[in-house]
Amino acid sequence: MSLIEKHRNIIDYTLSSLGRRKGKTFAVCLVYSFIIFLLASVVFFTQAIKREADLLLREAPEMTVQRLEAGRQTTVPAAYADGIGRIRGVQSVQKRLWGYYFDSLTGANYTVMVNASLNGREGQAIVGSGVLLRGAAEGESRKIQAGDSLPVKTYRGEALMLKVAGILPFASELETADLIQVSERDYRDIFNAEAGRYTDLALQVRNRKELATIATKIVRQYPDTRPILREDILRTYDAIFDWRGGLSIMTMAGALFAFIILAWDKATGLSAEEKKEIGILKAIGWETGDILQVKFWEGVSVSLTSFSIGIFAAYLHVFVGSSLLFEPVLKGWSVLYPDFRLTPHIDAYQLVSLLFITVLPYTVATIIPSWRSATIDPDSVMRA
Amino acid sequence: MILHPGVISLLIGSLLVTIMLCYSAYEGAIIARDWDINSGSERQLGLERKTYLVSTMMTYAMGFQLLSLFLFIATTDALSHLFIGAMCAAGSLNVNAFGYPTMLLKLANFVLGGIWLIVNAADNRGYDYPLIRIKYILLICLSPLLLTETLLQGFYLLNLSPNLITSCCSVIFAEDSRSFAAGLATLPRQPAQLAFILSAAAVLVLGIRFLRWRKGAVLFALAVLAFFAVSLASIVSFVSLYIYELPTHHCPFCILHAEYGYIGYPLYLTLLLGTISGTGVGALAPFGGIASLAAILPSIQRRLTLLTLLCFLVFLLLTGASIGLSNLDLSAY
Amino acid sequence: MITLSNIRKVYNAGRPNEFTAIRDVSLELEPNKTTVLKGPSGSGKTTLLSMLGCMTRPTAGRILLGQREITSLPEKFLAEIRRSTFGFIFQQLNLIRGITVLENVMLPAYPTGERRSEVVARAMALLDLCNLSHKAEARVEWLSGGEAQRAAIARALINGPAIIICDEPTAHLDTALSLEFMETMKRLRDDGKTILIASHDPLVNDSDAVDRIVEIRDGRLVPPKACA
Ligand SMILES: Nc1ncnc2c1ncn2[C@@H]1O[C@H](COP(=O)(O)OP(=O)(O)O)[C@@H](O)[C@H]1O
Ligand SMILES: [Mg+2]
Repeated sequence: MSLIEKHRNIIDYTLSSLGRRKGKTFAVCLVYSFIIFLLASVVFFTQAIKREADLLLREAPEMTVQRLEAGRQTTVPAAYADGIGRIRGVQSVQKRLWGYYFDSLTGANYTVMVNASLNGREGQAIVGSGVLLRGAAEGESRKIQAGDSLPVKTYRGEALMLKVAGILPFASELETADLIQVSERDYRDIFNAEAGRYTDLALQVRNRKELATIATKIVRQYPDTRPILREDILRTYDAIFDWRGGLSIMTMAGALFAFIILAWDKATGLSAEEKKEIGILKAIGWETGDILQVKFWEGVSVSLTSFSIGIFAAYLHVFVGSSLLFEPVLKGWSVLYPDFRLTPHIDAYQLVSLLFITVLPYTVATIIPSWRSATIDPDSVMRA
Repeated sequence: MILHPGVISLLIGSLLVTIMLCYSAYEGAIIARDWDINSGSERQLGLERKTYLVSTMMTYAMGFQLLSLFLFIATTDALSHLFIGAMCAAGSLNVNAFGYPTMLLKLANFVLGGIWLIVNAADNRGYDYPLIRIKYILLICLSPLLLTETLLQGFYLLNLSPNLITSCCSVIFAEDSRSFAAGLATLPRQPAQLAFILSAAAVLVLGIRFLRWRKGAVLFALAVLAFFAVSLASIVSFVSLYIYELPTHHCPFCILHAEYGYIGYPLYLTLLLGTISGTGVGALAPFGGIASLAAILPSIQRRLTLLTLLCFLVFLLLTGASIGLSNLDLSAY
Repeated sequence: MITLSNIRKVYNAGRPNEFTAIRDVSLELEPNKTTVLKGPSGSGKTTLLSMLGCMTRPTAGRILLGQREITSLPEKFLAEIRRSTFGFIFQQLNLIRGITVLENVMLPAYPTGERRSEVVARAMALLDLCNLSHKAEARVEWLSGGEAQRAAIARALINGPAIIICDEPTAHLDTALSLEFMETMKRLRDDGKTILIASHDPLVNDSDAVDRIVEIRDGRLVPPKACA
């Protein structure tokens, strides 16, 4: 009981002592939170992007089969699909048609894909929430709505007006935001895709453990194909995202290091006033350990405040502010979406990692200076 | 190497902990050599003050160590899908030869470090610091272990790369393989359960005996260690089955997953804390005869014993609840 | 009862600026008396007080506090004794600026782990005794010299010490306040406290509140001739 009371007293004193040195406390907190903000933004962003990719790929087929011609991807004849469908263990083969479309009006890139349910409803499209429409009158882009007419230029240069029949439900932004789904005939019309040929094949298998075996059989039967497993894509994606995130953290190590030096300096450079205060406390019966506790709580409150501010700011930055600072660095390879918002998600694991990267070095940097100030001679105040 | 934030945190953490420990061991060596409590010299005063620095550093280091133990497992878990065949930490740890040694050493160091802190705390309360030499020599012995851990962890993390092929828990802890892990999984269930109950009972009885008659501290500590080992084996052997509700899944790591309500964290945390405080009771026993500690040790040991019993009680309740609430009926297997 | 035997204090031992501030001082201080350490500036009064008050350890010799030998105790335990047995009134008063008088008075009780409400009650009672309760919530920098002195006295008393140690307490006080201070000391002695004052102020030395004067010069005791 008395231990708790003692800690309460010491925390009380610590807070009032921090309050008396507002300038210094504020300076440390400001830099500290900024560092945490930067690092947390990177971590949140990479993890959120990974999650998006994960969600996206969870929908993806377990195996896709592409065909290569002179080392480049090319279309797959329908006959391949039939042949692969007869391999044991293959449950179903879906012939897919999809491609990228650059809209010169809005300057955006979209993914155009055939949706079988639109076959027979030519001239209609289902689009993602990120697709933009350039209004003729206003001259400004706006979000598309059901009922709008979306002009698409075919390979011949003619305009094809697609009536928007629906907006895709929100699941993962990466997945649906830039999607335009059309009927097969419209697709072939837009891209001049040869009949009987498909972009790739999506396979469902009966038993996931047989994936590798089936892939081998496919290659043996059709040597010009390349089967891709979903697990492989996921792994590659994750590694790339982690790598980029990690790289950014490493480049920020410089900033972190500078901060540690600042922390050290602030902790070491006790003002005469502070030294005197600690001397008084020791003279009237505080023990070195008590002062160390003051310093501990000082570190806790500074770290906790800065950590909360940094994390909160990073959350806003990544999930509300569309990661303004990092988009070019972290997403450089991908298409720029007109309006890109990541699904908010943070977990304890991310926070603990961040704690390790930021609070731990800060704490270690302040141990020796704290100890120095805690071991001031108690009789120092008797001679001034 | 994989530049995952968790990997970076672990490397930073272990580096800092190692630096602190090595520094503490260095200062500890000087203290152990030059300590002279009866001297009024400024040198002795300086040494006395250094003990505060060493204690503070060690306390922080142990705090980080505890976090890093869990962060390590969580990181290997998070990385598991980068490796072909891995589904949880069990698979990731198996990616190269350093994974499991790192984890076991981390565990051991954590327990040893905790015991050191207990000895340190007791010593700090004796007016002549009676254990000062012993505890700093212990610290010096502890540092090579921690150094090894840092190196092993470094090797492990630096040798990770995506697409390595490994086998996962269902294989490592499969009943038909012949490894040590598989050995745990194939422990005959009834004897394992019996051992679990018996060791728990032994801890309880010896704990109460110690509280009541102040006898058998070392015996109690031994029982605690036995219970620790038996509990870890039991988690693999049968507790996990009830948690997963699968008669063949023996993994000790998947219980840390969200699907199972993160039940693994409180289980391991209480088990570890209880083990540290329980062995601490035994570790303090040899010093009961020292005059300056004679008045203090009993109350410290008493509190540690109570803490141990409390931790293990929570552990047993959680285990019991997992088994009791499970839909798995093992009598059929 | 405090017993000092052959106390010696060397500053910067082994270095070129080595200085022996106290040499072979043996002294017995009776409880429930007011003792004054008298001597010129630099004679070692403060040094002696800081050793008596468990702030520093002598280089050689032994100090017994009652039956307890405190010379070889680690700093940690000295702090505990300092906190519970001694109340200090410094020459520079040494109140902490920026916090209230009440908080200043309570500071020595913080590490004891006493209930805060009890400490507050005791502090208020002491401030009352020192006629300062109206300033309890004032910051110390706004106090007058006499008020600050009384706040320092209240702080010295908060843990109920048996011994009060004052180092040059009247150095910054005018005659009236000095006399008032000595009155307070007298009252405390009559309440059963042991009082130790280091001072070269004749006003203190001549006060009838003083029971014994010990003279010190160049770190040595001057053999008593005739006490006034
Ligand atoms: N920390 C120190 N280091 C070196 N010399 C000191 C120290 N403290 C005091 N002294 C010396 O010890 C002598 C006695 O000082 P002090 O006890 O303060 O005398 P007084 O209180 O009687 O004026 C002085 O000459 C002073 O210079
Ligand atoms: Mg003086």
